[in-house]
Amino acid sequence: MAARWQNTDFHKKIKTAFKAFDTKGNNTVDHREIGTIMFSLGCFPSQAEVHDVIAQVEEDDTSAYISLEKFLPVMTKVLLEKKFPPTQEDKLLQAFEVLDKKKKGYLEKEELTKYMMQEGEAFTQKEMDEMLTAFTDQTNNVIHYKDLIDQHIFDSDL
Amino acid sequence: MGCGTSAAATETHVKRVEKIEGEASRNPSRALTMKAAVLIQQWYRRYMAHLEMRRRYTWNIFQSIEYAGEQDQLQLSSFFSFMMDNFTQLNGNGPDLISQLLEPVLDPWLGKESGFSSMAVPDSYTGPRLSFPLSVCDTNALLHAFKEQQTLHAKYLLQLLYETKKLLRQMPNIVPLSTSYTKDITICETPYVFNGDFVDRGKKSIEVVVLLFAYFLLYPDYMHLNRGNHEDHIMNLRYGFTREVMQKYKTHSREILQLFQDVFSLLPLAAIIDGKILIVHGGISDQTDLDFLCSLDRHKVKSALRLPRQSFETLDLAQNCRQTRLRPDGSRPNSRNQRTPNQSRRRRGPPPHQDSAVSCSSSSSSSSSMSPLCSPRSPSCLSPHPRSPSMHFTLHSLQVPFLDSLSSLPPPTPPQHEREWKQVIDILWSDPKNQDGCFPNLFRGGGCYFGPDVTERLMLQHGLKLLIRSHECKQEGYELCHGGRVITIFSASNYYEEGSNRGAYIKMGKDLVPRFYQYQVGRSTRKLTLTQRVRVVESSALRALKEKLFTHRSELMAAFKEFDHNLKGCVSVSEWAHVLESTLRLDLPWRTLRPHLVRVTAEGAVEYGSCFEDMGSGTQLAQVTPNLAETLFRYRTDIEIIFNIIDKDHSGLISIEEFRQTWRLFSAHLGVDINNAAIDDLARSIDFNKDGSIDFAEFLDAFRVVHKLDKDQQLSRKITNAETF
Repeated sequence: MAARWQNTDFHKKIKTAFKAFDTKGNNTVDHREIGTIMFSLGCFPSQAEVHDVIAQVEEDDTSAYISLEKFLPVMTKVLLEKKFPPTQEDKLLQAFEVLDKKKKGYLEKEELTKYMMQEGEAFTQKEMDEMLTAFTDQTNNVIHYKDLIDQHIFDSDL
Repeated sequence: MGCGTSAAATETHVKRVEKIEGEASRNPSRALTMKAAVLIQQWYRRYMAHLEMRRRYTWNIFQSIEYAGEQDQLQLSSFFSFMMDNFTQLNGNGPDLISQLLEPVLDPWLGKESGFSSMAVPDSYTGPRLSFPLSVCDTNALLHAFKEQQTLHAKYLLQLLYETKKLLRQMPNIVPLSTSYTKDITICETPYVFNGDFVDRGKKSIEVVVLLFAYFLLYPDYMHLNRGNHEDHIMNLRYGFTREVMQKYKTHSREILQLFQDVFSLLPLAAIIDGKILIVHGGISDQTDLDFLCSLDRHKVKSALRLPRQSFETLDLAQNCRQTRLRPDGSRPNSRNQRTPNQSRRRRGPPPHQDSAVSCSSSSSSSSSMSPLCSPRSPSCLSPHPRSPSMHFTLHSLQVPFLDSLSSLPPPTPPQHEREWKQVIDILWSDPKNQDGCFPNLFRGGGCYFGPDVTERLMLQHGLKLLIRSHECKQEGYELCHGGRVITIFSASNYYEEGSNRGAYIKMGKDLVPRFYQYQVGRSTRKLTLTQRVRVVESSALRALKEKLFTHRSELMAAFKEFDHNLKGCVSVSEWAHVLESTLRLDLPWRTLRPHLVRVTAEGAVEYGSCFEDMGSGTQLAQVTPNLAETLFRYRTDIEIIFNIIDKDHSGLISIEEFRQTWRLFSAHLGVDINNAAIDDLARSIDFNKDGSIDFAEFLDAFRVVHKLDKDQQLSRKITNAETF
């Protein structure tokens, strides 16, 4: 019984998130939105993992659109299995501290830019610009990552 | 040579590998760095996705609440018909403002210029003194004056409207425009096309529309004004323009409103550029016939909200669901109207339900398939009320449901006006949708939803290339649909809240290719990050939503209790969402919104009472029935309108007796169980002025919903309480 309720809850959550991106009103979304939808449902996949999911749900005719029909069971399983859990706060702090080689307690704009755009799953210029606008302290042009983490934690109980 | 190069190449390669390996050994944290970067990138992307979701559902909230409000306008029409019938009787007076507003009597004074030419303007008036025909000096004076918060004197306003009316009379219903005379046409520069809805938003509607008309008079070949659905006197009653006129022009508001009504109904309905681009305010329907639209007398369609006979069929449906309200003696309320043959026929139908919570939509509904004439459920049951004194009524008057009761409606308009009415409504009210076909727009209560096939057909029929329309707010200020055949252009930025959306306008040259210009007003928005902007808009939307919840508190609590048999104060998330969906009928992502609205227990159950905790009413309510605050708040617009109508001299004050009448009238039709004595007590306790009259705005304000955590409002509440109690 509890499991059934949970399933229904997941279904409703997934449908709600899906519908927000269904601009044509025909229960499909652009495949490029799948990542965003997954994130909004509290999942934390890497880019590679997002592509895996897309591969599972995309249409055979290489259309750019994903149907709710296909997405729903796959995403339900992801939620049930808690497949892509979020980063813990402390892990995030550690990550920033790794990048902060000189242990200053903050990062310079150039430092952050270098890492975000050259390492790992690199940012686009647009992403970088938005991050800098959002995170840089206007007074001294640096990023106080400890404060950031406190301000930007949001509940994963969606 | 081969050996040499390969050796050299190998050497270079080896050196490179050594270099990397050397680096790696010198820098073992390289791998760690990469991991750290990935972690941060993932976290950030998730954060942005979450922000995007919040932005979208915030938008949903605003739109749902706005459209839910708009649904009421059809009800409003029947409501005023009812007011017209009842109010005159209560006061024993002849035709009053209401009837003037609904069925204007041709006042011979208004037709004559001499009426306002002879009006005296006091020397103390420092505003612009217009001279006709207008010159650039006049328009500059107007611009300057409005920036200085001045009000144009009634004499000049009347004259302006009169001249505008004269000029508009000469214009066709569909205005042909050409790019060949000028370099560019700008939808919103030289020449300009303004696509409707000039009033009813904000407190400066008069100033906006005066400027538009003034420029129209000055440059009639370059200023083109299309009619929007808010250029409609009945809409104005509800949405604030009438109020604004009454407040700014106490003595002459009636004449001014009359002229505005004439001017609005004379505004052209559409513009066509080079025979290829059609510009209308709302949209089209599968019945849209541009030739017929060209030929009809647009002046006759004063308001979208006159019900033609056609809609009466839907009344049967609504009526059957309303078969409930029986008084203890078995008679029906409002049975002051004798049963006519029509009425008796209409009463045949399925047996009455006793449960008033039948499939009628509430006033906040969007998706109901019932006729929009269905009225909101009231939190309490009907109470017997005294029969209104018998009065003259017309035979064959029809019963129209409104606010849980039945109003009488004047006889239907003759059929030949019906087609004209529908053509105009469709143009002013329709919205495009992605599904093929054409369906009545129940969301708005007027016009249609038209699909790509309807657009395509009209384009082919008239050799058109593009349809440009407005009517719907879009986050980016504009939106394309129907494969690019339809453009929605919306020019008011920050429409819902500072930062909620951008505005846009279109510029078009001889190539007839639209170029979009976006903007967003606001000194502070530029400095805010996306996060902060979303937060501002979101908190505004959530406040509006919480108010909506609060005004339905009784209904919601009753529904929650049905799931909470042990009265623990908790229900599951699903049950909570289900109650909200079915009670409020707002199409919103309740589960996503939940964290902002209610608390959950450690076990994950929703404490349903917690969503009302930080809200309260603005005053002590011990002496009145509990749902009074909700009722007053929910219907405050209607109450205010009634008040404005009763307040014939527009002084802002009504007598205690008038107030009592207002209240009795209103509660009778709400079917709300309000203790009249309590109302009297309250009225007396409000700080009323020396001559025994009350400031109704103050009274209503005392019952406004407050957010208890809002310090400013707490403070003002303290002041109010200190003054009045």
